Amino acid sequence: MKFSLSWLKSHLETDAGADEVAKALTDVGLEVEGIENPAEALAPFKVAEVLSAEPHPQADKLQILSVDAGDGPVQIVCGAPNARAGMKGICGGPGAIVPSNGMELKVAEIRGVESNGMMCSLAELELGDDHDGIAEIPANAPVGAAYADYARLDDPVFDVSVTPNKQDCMGVYGIARDLAAAGLGTLKPIDVPQIETSDPCPVEIRTDDPEGCPAFYGLAIKGVKNGKSPEWMQARLKSAGQKPISALVDITNYVMLDHGRPSHAYDLAKLTGAVVARKAKNGETVTALNEKEYTLTSDMTVIADDSGVHDIAGIMGGEDSGCSDDTSDVLLEVAYFTPEHIARTGQTLMLTSDARMRFERGVDPAFLDDALAIIAAYIVDICGGKASEVVRAGTPPTEQKAITYDTSHCLRLGGVDVAADEQKSILEKLGFAVDGNWNVTVPTWRRDVDGSADLVEEVVRIHGIDKVPSTPLPRADGVAKPTATPRQKLERKLRRTAAARGLNEAINWAFLPEKEAAAFGRGDWTETMWVLTNPISEDMKVMRPSMLPGLLSAAQRNSDRGASSMRLFEIGRRYFKAKDGSSDERLTLGIVLAGDKTQRGWAAGKASKFDAYDAKAEVIALLDAAGVNTDRLMVMAEAGDHYHPGQSATLRQGPKNILASFGMLHPATAKAFDLDGPVAAAEVYLDAIPAKKAASFMRAAYAPPALQAVTRDFAFVVPEELAAADLAGAIRGSDKKNITAARIFDRFAGGNLPEGKVSLAIEVTMQPIEKSYTDDDLKAVSDSVIAAATKLGAELRG
Amino acid sequence: MSDTEKLQEEALTAIVGADSLDALETLRVGYIGKQGSISGLMKTLGKMTPEEKQVQGPLLNGLRSAVADAIAAKKSELETDALNAQLASEKLDMSLPAPDAPHGSIHPVSQVMEELAEIFADMGFAVAEGPEIEDDWRNFSALNIPETHPARAMHDTFYFPDKDAEGRDMLLRTHTSPVQIRTMTTQEPPIRIIAPGRTFRSDSDATHTPMFHQVEGLVIDKDIHLGHLKWTLETFLKAYFEREDIHLRLRPSYFPFTEPSAEVDAWYTLEKGRRVLGGHPDDANEGGWMELLGSGMVHPKVIANCGLDPDVWQGFAFGCGIDRLAMLKYGMDDLRAFFDGDLRWINHYGFDALDVPTLSKGVGA
Repeated sequence: MKFSLSWLKSHLETDAGADEVAKALTDVGLEVEGIENPAEALAPFKVAEVLSAEPHPQADKLQILSVDAGDGPVQIVCGAPNARAGMKGICGGPGAIVPSNGMELKVAEIRGVESNGMMCSLAELELGDDHDGIAEIPANAPVGAAYADYARLDDPVFDVSVTPNKQDCMGVYGIARDLAAAGLGTLKPIDVPQIETSDPCPVEIRTDDPEGCPAFYGLAIKGVKNGKSPEWMQARLKSAGQKPISALVDITNYVMLDHGRPSHAYDLAKLTGAVVARKAKNGETVTALNEKEYTLTSDMTVIADDSGVHDIAGIMGGEDSGCSDDTSDVLLEVAYFTPEHIARTGQTLMLTSDARMRFERGVDPAFLDDALAIIAAYIVDICGGKASEVVRAGTPPTEQKAITYDTSHCLRLGGVDVAADEQKSILEKLGFAVDGNWNVTVPTWRRDVDGSADLVEEVVRIHGIDKVPSTPLPRADGVAKPTATPRQKLERKLRRTAAARGLNEAINWAFLPEKEAAAFGRGDWTETMWVLTNPISEDMKVMRPSMLPGLLSAAQRNSDRGASSMRLFEIGRRYFKAKDGSSDERLTLGIVLAGDKTQRGWAAGKASKFDAYDAKAEVIALLDAAGVNTDRLMVMAEAGDHYHPGQSATLRQGPKNILASFGMLHPATAKAFDLDGPVAAAEVYLDAIPAKKAASFMRAAYAPPALQAVTRDFAFVVPEELAAADLAGAIRGSDKKNITAARIFDRFAGGNLPEGKVSLAIEVTMQPIEKSYTDDDLKAVSDSVIAAATKLGAELRG
Repeated sequence: MSDTEKLQEEALTAIVGADSLDALETLRVGYIGKQGSISGLMKTLGKMTPEEKQVQGPLLNGLRSAVADAIAAKKSELETDALNAQLASEKLDMSLPAPDAPHGSIHPVSQVMEELAEIFADMGFAVAEGPEIEDDWRNFSALNIPETHPARAMHDTFYFPDKDAEGRDMLLRTHTSPVQIRTMTTQEPPIRIIAPGRTFRSDSDATHTPMFHQVEGLVIDKDIHLGHLKWTLETFLKAYFEREDIHLRLRPSYFPFTEPSAEVDAWYTLEKGRRVLGGHPDDANEGGWMELLGSGMVHPKVIANCGLDPDVWQGFAFGCGIDRLAMLKYGMDDLRAFFDGDLRWINHYGFDALDVPTLSKGVGA
């Protein structure tokens, strides 16, 4: 809402200046988003008289003026054809800034003649569209006066943000009421004129849709002459950011802004038969005042006559029945439309208007007759003509809500003690009726108020929310208790583990282009993934099934910016549809390692690239940090088609529970993301990691063994397809009492080994507990190691 | 000069003049080795008379130990020289760079979320979570935002074509407020939670991104009022910015899910062209009010929608942008950079893994 100070003061008796009003507006909840005083920019522009006008010796179209702007004659070169001696205009001297283009005026030579300022057009001062010549102002204007003062432009304009609950403040009068309640002045009563007439309304008015349009009031005014609206009304409309159009249109707009009451004026000559509020027919069309055609559906309310739809009820009038310069007879419509209907219609048609904003918040259902009278009086006053009697179809819902209020609720909920008589006074000033038993009747213009808490809000906001004293929250005894859940602790720990290992955390969009989602999802992605109905772009359409595409795109952007080494991770959710239709969101840590693993260096030589074991190292470190016994995990395939088929794997706890996947990205995938060279990637599925058992802080009992551990090396020739981890696992398991570790330290193929065979060297660690091993002890362990390996098809190398 | 003295002088001269460990070893073998000249003289002692022995014994032993000592001293000297020579030959340019180790980092949003958890834990608030894909009941209706309410238009909602088992429209949550509903419908009051998380609105320009982060706060108890809300926000912001001169202004406002509702502004001062939270409106410094968060007393309808009795339970809720909190504290000026993954930005604004927010060291880093 925009309005000027003088407009506000037409309803509010107050001495307050702009700053005081602005503060009060903000204090009562009408946030001031800006105050502009058109006079400020115009301050250097003065009323000036042209004393003489001579032709410019060097240019036919220029004149040399002698101008008095209050400080005696100055010379100004002017190109306007209408500049002439004796006229009065508006002059800006050196230093003045022209509002329309921001140029600072300077003393300048124009074709060899000095010019000390400018005579301005209205367009240059942003006071109108007229730029054909310099502005001409009445001869009685005092020379030397600031033009803004003379033209009464010194009127600050407030831009106020009205929250959706404040239907009453969609008009200047309601804003004045709030300010009066806050003690800024006295609200002037509305002066409702009487319509004296006995002419019957020539048109039948009906509502056939009592649900969407419970009340439709109207009257006709015959013999009007449309033209320009008066200056004062145009000034107010301009202050509100509205462009004056014609008297009939301006009057309805003005009353809408003044009282929050939209109405519509039809050109009676363009109507045929009864004017009816009814439901639209499916597929019916109307061209609205914005010159766009809308196709309607049967749940929308329209105003129509025998020839068709003339108005999308409560939202926008039709182009073909609006008033024009030729209009001589007017039908005025003041209706009450059901807010929910208006909202739905507006949303469906994606059509916003000043009328919709008011009807969907709700207009005062008790302000139909008064509004008709006010509008009709303006029309008759400004455009002439004679009003008919009022026709009333339907009944507006004017029953008032009553709330039983306990004044102590203000302290209990609002935290501020406001005396009962002050509470009563605040409520009454806002239009509430309060009886002796604190039964509070809600005014018809406050449909948002329906409970005691709403009354507390009214009292607190008018009393002053800044007066609510800050009150400490009760605090539990002792040191604050830990609050994080095991899941939250896991997430925090893994995040910091990843960062400590040199990975950089990124946050990427949760939505992906369709083709990336398809490439990284499993199975029929259209069944399992969430696809937005109204994505912001096709690149942000499907909720991600994997952390990797976002990270790869980030890596690609970095690569384009010249980054040589990228270690990125993100912890976030992957989104899937659960069977019951709800969202199955799985917390996942994704990693992408791209570019150089190590840069070329003076010591190490060439740069090195990432490989699949780099990704595995990250995954193992993270799972270790998560408390998973990583020695026991199964290494299985099926990491996904986006990985290199021979250099990727999943880590599982049991055959079904996948804790992580890792490997080299499939070259085709890397290429799709424009990434050169090998890219390693991994995902750790936090939701799959079993929760740590809630245990005490006590660790298992332990004392380091007194005896030194013994290591023995074994080398086996094994079939190529045997997983090395299986061999190590079998060896570890062959004598659990003695063997504490089996570590592969060499792998070798080719040479004199047969095709299809590889050699694996394993360091086995044995830990004696009570006494040192004898040769026999060691031989026994060694035998079981060899036996276990042989079972897997391994042969001990001689 | 006796023969012994002559020998000693000759030997010592030779030892001092030895120019290598090898030469010294040759001398050692020549004098005091098994076949050495001094060893030979020592052997003559056995054939001497006791009287001769008494004279010659000390002389020869003195000779031997003088030579042995000189050899040891010379050996040590030569070894030191050799080591020094070796060290001199091993000189490296210590200004050459050490091997690179990758330096990881925590995203500011994650860091700030942990800071919030830390501060609010001290006030007894747990961290609650909820799905980012929500149903329209929890995101809107239960929060007293009916379908036709103009407030729905203020949220540019991303929708899915799907409905859940109860026929509710599915959408991307537009705020963290549905976590209020999830908490109140599953947890007995008293309740004190914050709910940080990702939120989504169909909005993209210089200051809006379609995905952003919010933190919700909720307290439900029997006698919680607007004054507690004010204190909680003041206390939180003082702890978060680690300064006492945080000044807030509550402004009456409107949110469908709170009644009364208040928008909260904080005073900032301009320091080197940047807005820094803190200072006081009465100070001479240039500054202004900045809209920081929305809040209010939970609407009785919302409490009732969650199955609680609004005549018994009441409390406050607030919501605040986490990205914005991060920007205000750490000085980033472009929201879009938060979601770009630019390593240059990450290295500048990210946090070290060990910068864990704690109350004793201060939550900021």
